[in-house]
Amino acid sequence: MDWMSQYKLPVGEWMEAVVDFMTDHGGGFFDWIAVSLETVIQGLIELLMMLHPLAFILLVASGAGWLQRRWSISIFVVLGLGLIWNLGYWQETIETLALVLFATGFCVLLGVPVGIAAAHRPWLYRGLRPLLDLMQTIPTFVYLIPTLTLFGLGVVPGLISTIIFAIAAPIRLTHLGITQVPEELLEAGKAFGCKPTALLFKVEIPAAMSSILAGVTQCIMLSLSMVVIAALVGADGLGKPVVRALNTVDIATGFEAGLAIVLIAILLDRMFKKA
Amino acid sequence: MIEFKNVDVVFGSQPARALEMLDRGEDRGAIHEKTGLTVGVNNASLRVEKGEICVLMGLSGSGKSSLLRTANGLNKISRGQVLIDTEEGEQDFFSLSEEQQRRLRLERITMVFQKFALMPWLTVAENVAFGLERRGMTKKELQAKVDEQLELVGLDKWKNSKPGELSGGMQQRVGLARALAMETDIILMDEPFSALDPLIRSQLQDELLRLQEKLNKTVVFVSHDLDEALKLGNHIAIMKDGVIVQHDTPENIVLNPATEYVRNFVAHTNPVNVLQARSLMKPLGEPGNDEGEICISSRYDYWLKPAAKPEETRVRYADTRFDVQRWSENQPIGALEEKPTIIPNNTLMRDLVEIRHVTGHALLVGNGEEITGVINDQNIYHALLGCHLDEQAAQA
Repeated sequence: MDWMSQYKLPVGEWMEAVVDFMTDHGGGFFDWIAVSLETVIQGLIELLMMLHPLAFILLVASGAGWLQRRWSISIFVVLGLGLIWNLGYWQETIETLALVLFATGFCVLLGVPVGIAAAHRPWLYRGLRPLLDLMQTIPTFVYLIPTLTLFGLGVVPGLISTIIFAIAAPIRLTHLGITQVPEELLEAGKAFGCKPTALLFKVEIPAAMSSILAGVTQCIMLSLSMVVIAALVGADGLGKPVVRALNTVDIATGFEAGLAIVLIAILLDRMFKKA
Repeated sequence: MIEFKNVDVVFGSQPARALEMLDRGEDRGAIHEKTGLTVGVNNASLRVEKGEICVLMGLSGSGKSSLLRTANGLNKISRGQVLIDTEEGEQDFFSLSEEQQRRLRLERITMVFQKFALMPWLTVAENVAFGLERRGMTKKELQAKVDEQLELVGLDKWKNSKPGELSGGMQQRVGLARALAMETDIILMDEPFSALDPLIRSQLQDELLRLQEKLNKTVVFVSHDLDEALKLGNHIAIMKDGVIVQHDTPENIVLNPATEYVRNFVAHTNPVNVLQARSLMKPLGEPGNDEGEICISSRYDYWLKPAAKPEETRVRYADTRFDVQRWSENQPIGALEEKPTIIPNNTLMRDLVEIRHVTGHALLVGNGEEITGVINDQNIYHALLGCHLDEQAAQA
């Protein structure tokens, strides 16, 4: 059966050719994207860093308490962020938060409308599904290679990879929520004189809200997991000390940075999960 | 007023194929087999006047809901017309533009759903306001109207609760309030009480009748329960396999079922709320003895002596003679004396059984100026057992 592998199909080469073509002919365009994204992210980080850590912690603590309507979570925020501040990972944490915030915001703004459109058009969802499967199952490292060649080292390839990886969650869960709106609610909406837009905003979206929010929470978690990996291509944040610790077999740093990531993950999850 | 004119509803694509087959007289089983299309309603015509409750009655799959839903466009019709009274006269709902149809739903036709269909994230008050908001009312008008409707159905204390905190009966009251708030002439009710406990169901039925007396709407009500249909309906349309098999008054449905199918339904129903004295009574015969008395019951030596005025009629029971009293609707039955009683010929069976029980005498049925018949126990048992149905079946 040697002949089976003698004439290899050049699948990998094809993909490479596509990426090469894009770099050759769209280089300016991708550079432009890279520069603008870089500027936005840097601006966001600087904005967040302008706040004194104490002010930031109090702001997040009260925000979390208000969102979840209980004060135990505020205490957890103060203790968790306080520990990170104490360990000396404040700057990295803010960088990671900025990336997660931006990626999630983008994914939700794009993913929720796409999910709604797909729920209303079964053919669109049929076309979208293999794409979403692909985006979610390709090992995350593999994304980094083409985005690296397209956008160069730094925050941007990490961010783009994060968005591709995380956007499937809000699309899927929005689609699920909207398709599961009970038929009788839609009929009631129609019977009481809703136009299609009113039906969407007054019936479908509120009825699907818990599913959409679950999509947002998942998106946050996926972004966070990807943002750490993005450090491999030079993205700033908590991933960096982890990668550095890995290379130097530095158990102490690795554990501290890892702990900071875990704290952030739990915090974000508890803050945005529906009570 | 709402009128369905030769309405066909076919589910599936290209319904024209099914319509052709319907015209050739093929039944819906055959049509489904050959084309995969489902005939929901087949050539249904029905007119419901203002102030009338018309009950569409049938088993599940009989097309009653399908027909109802054509009235506000939740189901499309494949052929026929649905005429609705509007400011511009009678209009066919399906000849109107999308926007005009929407206006009709806001101003003329509203609906109460079987599973309530309340928005779980809105409060009771917000649910009641749901349709009114679409109409572009000011906050203040809206608030006043919502409060008024909630009071009407007795839920004013619950206005800030979520539907999930309410019992099924209360939720359907909210559904009712949401529909009534629209102040439309026509209310469609799609098995609104089917999901409720029997006791609550009966309470809500009474409430609907009470509201209807006050509001005088055109109600099209779908039910699979004949007792409910008989209690609520001014008219009942019984459907089977998408066809209206009988459209009649409740009493006529019970007395003269048009088909075997209807007769089977009627055989299992309780007639006491439907039948009236005139259909139970035995017409007065000819004088049967030298005194000019008419025999009521020869077995008990029970005689009636007619007179020029009904009040002067005398009844003789063996050797005892009685004068008579009159009963009319709304008069307390418990206050009647133990003597023969003249009742109007539209007295409900429920009332006349009670009068028979209280007075201990046979009943004389009068239509104003004369006594036309009598009702004794035989007649009551006969009606209770549905013997007229057996007789009809025997004749058929």
